[in-house]
Amino acid sequence: MSRAQDSTPLLSVRDLKVHFRVNRGGWRKEAAVVHAVDGVSFDMPRGRTLAIVGESGSGKTTTALSVMRLAPITQGSIRFNGTDITSMEGEALRRQRRQLQLVFQDPYSSLNPRQRAGDIVRMPLILMDIGTPAEQKDKVGELFRLVGLREEQRMLFPHQFSGGQRQRLNVARALASDPQLIVCDEPVSALDIAIRAQILNLLRRIQRERGQSFLFISHDMAVVEHVCDDIAVMYLGQVVEQASREAFFSRPLHPYSVALMSAVPTVGGGREKAANRIKLQGDPPSPINPPRGCRFAGRCPAAQALCRDEPPPLREVLPGHKVACHFVTVSGGQVKAPLDGYRALDVKEPMA
Amino acid sequence: MSSMDRTAQTHELLLKVSRLSVEFAGRKGVAPVLNDVSFEVYAGETVCLVGESGCGKSMTALAIMRLIPDPGRINTGLIELRGADLARYSVPEMRRIRGNKISMIFQEPMTALNPVYTVGDQISEPLRLHQGLSKDEARARVIEILRSVEIPAPERRIDEYPHQMSGGMRQRVMIAMALACDPDVLIADEPTTALDVTVQAQIFDLLREQQQRRGTAIVMITHDMGAVSEMSDRVVVMYGGRVVEEGLTAEILKQPRHPYTAGLIACLPELDPAPTTDRPDLPEIPGVVPSVWQRGVGCPFADRCASVMPKCREGFPQAFQTGPTQKVSCWLYEERS
Repeated sequence: MSRAQDSTPLLSVRDLKVHFRVNRGGWRKEAAVVHAVDGVSFDMPRGRTLAIVGESGSGKTTTALSVMRLAPITQGSIRFNGTDITSMEGEALRRQRRQLQLVFQDPYSSLNPRQRAGDIVRMPLILMDIGTPAEQKDKVGELFRLVGLREEQRMLFPHQFSGGQRQRLNVARALASDPQLIVCDEPVSALDIAIRAQILNLLRRIQRERGQSFLFISHDMAVVEHVCDDIAVMYLGQVVEQASREAFFSRPLHPYSVALMSAVPTVGGGREKAANRIKLQGDPPSPINPPRGCRFAGRCPAAQALCRDEPPPLREVLPGHKVACHFVTVSGGQVKAPLDGYRALDVKEPMA
Repeated sequence: MSSMDRTAQTHELLLKVSRLSVEFAGRKGVAPVLNDVSFEVYAGETVCLVGESGCGKSMTALAIMRLIPDPGRINTGLIELRGADLARYSVPEMRRIRGNKISMIFQEPMTALNPVYTVGDQISEPLRLHQGLSKDEARARVIEILRSVEIPAPERRIDEYPHQMSGGMRQRVMIAMALACDPDVLIADEPTTALDVTVQAQIFDLLREQQQRRGTAIVMITHDMGAVSEMSDRVVVMYGGRVVEEGLTAEILKQPRHPYTAGLIACLPELDPAPTTDRPDLPEIPGVVPSVWQRGVGCPFADRCASVMPKCREGFPQAFQTGPTQKVSCWLYEERS
């Protein structure tokens, strides 16, 4: 596929900052600034899936919305296909969105209840002036088949579909304008577990067949491991670790990544995994006054004085593997990470 | 302690639900929401009710609390707490049980707490009502309870309102409120689905620790098989308003017998510490949960089941014993038992 062979990144985000001013109440009080996204950079290669993971308040959704130009960008740049879209406006931006589509988390509120399924999927084609009415009709039929819906269902209204089917409709609508990038914001977290597998399989099949790139936002590490090719872990508005799927899941380096992985309950892990997990105290700090040094220092089991004073830069410690931690060291091609010892305790066998 | 030594039989039977059926009468007729649900809960153990939305797990919890919304009602069955049948209790009698002998924590701590009362007021309410403590006694006790659920600076936090706390903190307050009167049974309805994983881990630790200290039996409702593996001694799998499989967690996770349980475990992406490049598709359970109106006389899972037989549509099977503790309601196991 020619798209996949193009070596310039499809999406390139540099030092993105999104700050929101919030009124703190009281007429003399100064407005506070929420540092939702605070200096995020990444490149997205074509035809792959980049997952951004993090807990609530980490800025993952705001990052995704900025890429879609749906959040006010305070600083930084976003280049899509080599074009700077950071301050693009009006018709030019609207045209650009043909290449950028979004699948929302909640399949219930993201479909117009008064519009028929076929019209929902056709809407992007009408808005973007793609094809004649007859061609549009064929295209909608093709999209319905692609996402596993029956063509005769195009006359139904959203409430006549189940949650999983509605998410299929969402995917079909996102695919209508044949975009190069699809941003999926927690596409399966509102769905039942048995339905999740259906949607995850669908997304992977679409990527295999059509070569689209996905920016996948999720808090679920197991789902991310299943769908992504590359991963970026965010904590309080910043990327703390970035690597390929294989490198990250076989050896997460940042203490937060290790703790996050240890916190996920698994069928095979059981009580032993729970007993051995890295216990993080408290909640993430407020993005209004983020800590001066490393933002994870207050909860990090390996934090030292340096961590509280100086923010660690995101640096490449292995080819393609970046981490923002003072105490991940490289000597003679060998990487040492602060929580290396923890891994020995991880339970891999199903419990007896 | 591994789950195997905590064999249920060595403990006291606290809660016994037998052949519980709940129906909702509506314009379309009578909807059987729960059908013949039976399970037991022993002191000090955690039992997980598992299933997809609409399978009846939350309704089971509400039935135990006698909080089924109108027009639903308990049709048949017993809910015995230490031998006394709660299903026959009057409203005032039930009021003396709730928050005292059985309490419940909910999924979303923000909506379950009253925004206009301080957390101290809310936690002291059951203490004052059930134990007759004075205002000052209750306050001292609340500070103690808040400290035991690891809320920092409880003397100050007691006067705060729910909106001043984070989600994890609010869930701790909910747990504090539920455990204030040392109940026999704590029902936790998806207590961590609204929380982040690192906070979920803290809440699970807290529940386990409180349970060990007090010997509370926990009935946890969840759809997360990982949480089941981590938290429970025994598991009750529900589908279409019925119990389809139950037994010790270790036994069921290792060898699920019911096609639904097996599918539920298989379709879950698992964290793999040695990821391979080739990722086969996840096994899917085709179709969706049938609505209460679509449930016939047979097995509610029949339409989604790969091993469906003509018999499955004719009647729902009894529970067949397939292992030391494992019981499965599936015709596949008829001969073997």
